Amino acid sequence: MLRYLLNKIALLIPTLVGITICAFAFVRLLPGDPILAMAGEHGVTPARYEELKQQFGYNLPIWEQYARYVGEVATGDFGVSISSKRPVLEEFKTLFPATLELSFFAMIFAMVIGIPAGIFAAVKRGSWFDQSLMGTALVGYSMPIFWWGLLLIIFFSGYLGWTPVSGRIGLQFFFKPITGFMTIDSLLHGKWDAFRSALSHLVLPAIVLGTIPLAVIARQTRSAMLEVLGEDYVRTARAKGLSAGRVIGVHALRNALIPVVTTIGLQVGTLLAGAILTETIFAWPGIGKWMVDSIFKRDYVVVQSGLLLIALIVMAVNLIVDVLYAVINPRIRAA
Amino acid sequence: MKKTMTFAAALLAASVLSGMASAKTLVYCSEASPANFDPGTTTGGNDFDASSRTVYSRLVEFKHGGTEIEPGLADKWEISDDGLVYTFHLHPGVKFQTTDYFKPTRDLNADDVVFSFDRQFNKQNPWNGDKYLPNLTWDYYTGMDMPKYVAKWEKVDDLTVKLTLTEPNAPMLANLGMDFASIVSKEYADQLQKDGKMADFSTKPIGTGPFQFVDYQLDAVIRYAANPDYFKGKEKIDDLVFAITPDATARIQKVLAGECDVAPYPNPADIATIKANKDVTLMDQAGLNIGYMSYNTTIPPLDKPEVRHALNQAIDREALIKSLFQDAGATPAENLIPPTMWSWNKDVKTDAYNPDEAKKVLEAAGLKEIQLWASDRVRPYNPNFQRAAELIQADWAKVGVKATIVNYEWTKYREEGKKKDRPGAFQIGWTGDNGDPDNFFATLFACSAIGVSNYSSWCDKDFEDLIQKAKKTSDQAERTKLYEQAQVIFAKQAPAFLLAHSQVYAVVRKNVSGFKMDPLGIHRFDGVDKAE
Repeated sequence: MLRYLLNKIALLIPTLVGITICAFAFVRLLPGDPILAMAGEHGVTPARYEELKQQFGYNLPIWEQYARYVGEVATGDFGVSISSKRPVLEEFKTLFPATLELSFFAMIFAMVIGIPAGIFAAVKRGSWFDQSLMGTALVGYSMPIFWWGLLLIIFFSGYLGWTPVSGRIGLQFFFKPITGFMTIDSLLHGKWDAFRSALSHLVLPAIVLGTIPLAVIARQTRSAMLEVLGEDYVRTARAKGLSAGRVIGVHALRNALIPVVTTIGLQVGTLLAGAILTETIFAWPGIGKWMVDSIFKRDYVVVQSGLLLIALIVMAVNLIVDVLYAVINPRIRAA
Repeated sequence: MKKTMTFAAALLAASVLSGMASAKTLVYCSEASPANFDPGTTTGGNDFDASSRTVYSRLVEFKHGGTEIEPGLADKWEISDDGLVYTFHLHPGVKFQTTDYFKPTRDLNADDVVFSFDRQFNKQNPWNGDKYLPNLTWDYYTGMDMPKYVAKWEKVDDLTVKLTLTEPNAPMLANLGMDFASIVSKEYADQLQKDGKMADFSTKPIGTGPFQFVDYQLDAVIRYAANPDYFKGKEKIDDLVFAITPDATARIQKVLAGECDVAPYPNPADIATIKANKDVTLMDQAGLNIGYMSYNTTIPPLDKPEVRHALNQAIDREALIKSLFQDAGATPAENLIPPTMWSWNKDVKTDAYNPDEAKKVLEAAGLKEIQLWASDRVRPYNPNFQRAAELIQADWAKVGVKATIVNYEWTKYREEGKKKDRPGAFQIGWTGDNGDPDNFFATLFACSAIGVSNYSSWCDKDFEDLIQKAKKTSDQAERTKLYEQAQVIFAKQAPAFLLAHSQVYAVVRKNVSGFKMDPLGIHRFDGVDKAE
């Protein structure tokens, strides 16, 4: 097991190098000179341009800029935002809990609906339910998040007035963050109405962000279940005279869940990508909105380090999924 | 005993109730997070809304809803006859805000004023560089050419400050009303420096403005309270909240749902919905901007004014504006400066659409081909350069001129466009900084701006004389006359095709009073009230 783990970690190193190169190159490949972009319509005098170039280190040869960047990142220095002048890591730490909270609830939404729907579709294979579920899943998977979010806001918040339009919590609630998770902090402060407000603010963004994972999970659960339902041990269980619920719930589901767990882990990338749009629509103060704002502000340092930090998280989660998979399925370890 | 208890309970209930009734909260759905709260170091309109216009004041202020200058922290000022020395007399007894992180021990004085500017250019000032914040560029201070014009700032006595210039520069007064010229507290700066917490200066602001800072949850909510010691009197609203909402549709839905009271920049597509709603008002105003297209006036046949007029006449401007700005609309530009700016000449009209006349002139001049420049960027004064280019191309084709569209990425576009030998017609525009006409005329069409921001490479002696004279004259009535004449020359010479001043909108709930659209594009909440 240890060897397996070390193997996996060793494989991460080239990925990591690749990501630093991508993040570094990506920002430099963006059209436009970063200094001129920062200067705006006023422009800069040639002397000032040179001064700024030196200040930001853009006068160095490209490999030296890269070496500097890697050196800084390796020592945990992710740079300082050009616009806010705050350390990028500090901003990331402040904002990440919001993204995590939203992603968590989006995932809960996707699993609570996706897994049962997938099971039901597999059991009733070919029925109208199965057909329409798979059709809906396809629609959900292809849904443009931006459009979907605005549609829900206009209908539920604007027309029906059931949910708040955007934000994390009602503006009347104001307390110092402890964990950074609004739902937990409101409870720690003993404010039930704040907790309810935080939950109501989570409903629409969690649905929007959870839609694509929901579609993926439902389809994956269905196909995994179908495969397992055809296995000999399920037939045996049925032949033993076990109830349908027991056959499906215990014998089939436990085995079918293995690939589903992997799928759920791999959805983390989808969630973080989706968070960029969802957070922007719902004014959710997380890292997705932060990235979008920084792109608009031409804050290259935040974009570069933000990309890297997000990539690191996705890599870490994928590693955990790999390890979990090996724990669930011992055959993998030997391979 | 029981009586006392009842009385105490009644008193408590009464105070709670009165507290509830009197705490007026105004929620503004702002479009983006502020970079920080030090207006000297930032450049965005949203940064200034959250810092300079709420927390700080300046020596002079722009009139609410206009571009005229009125007294601010300086009650009055004198300008020497040679236009070189400005003496400001500070309002006595102005208090800096008292918060849980700073308790001022003295009133505002000349030291604060001198410090506020000194930190922006004096490399020896510890607040100028990395000790305070990394990579500081003081963009507006340098952008407005302050290092060139300012010789020195001096304290005469506690309530008198003297500014000496290197050469007369009438727009200086307007510069001092700008956000970067906000007056900060030297006492607070000294205290933070002593405590080794200099960076707090940009995150926990202290000023003399109408509202004081309470809290900022990164990218989510900014909270302010009315400054009880505000020298112009405490505001009517008690609490001001900025709910940061970047998506325009979500922002408008929030106002419609009553989750916020004021929101800026609706989507053009939502304008009709907003107008139909009885709970909100849509406010609009021509923005302090201009979209235009510069002809290179040094390359024949574009060096002839009649050819430039003919090209202007060939463009169906009304259809062009409609297609570009759609429901949001825009004010067709008659002059380089927008009608909200002082000295706008109402008698000047730009070329009317007249393709037949244009065709004759262009045929006679032998103009068959022209380059027409377009970039990829969305600007407030022109939402789609490419589309505009295509429409103008079609109009010109009708009068026998074949236009070739030249495309570049935005920064490269401006680099190429400002070259003296750049051929053809170049689409560009400008958003004003300080509401002074000089900021348009001299910045965009002075002879010295050729190769920098005079994309027409146009240097007209009469025009130049007028704008240079206006720059050195401190009397506004005199300056107005000079700029009015300059506009007549501009219209006659037509160095550019003038497109439009885009419309700026805000959505305000009906129970809010006192909110005004501002030509400078800022959102101010002093003087705003809200009925329950």
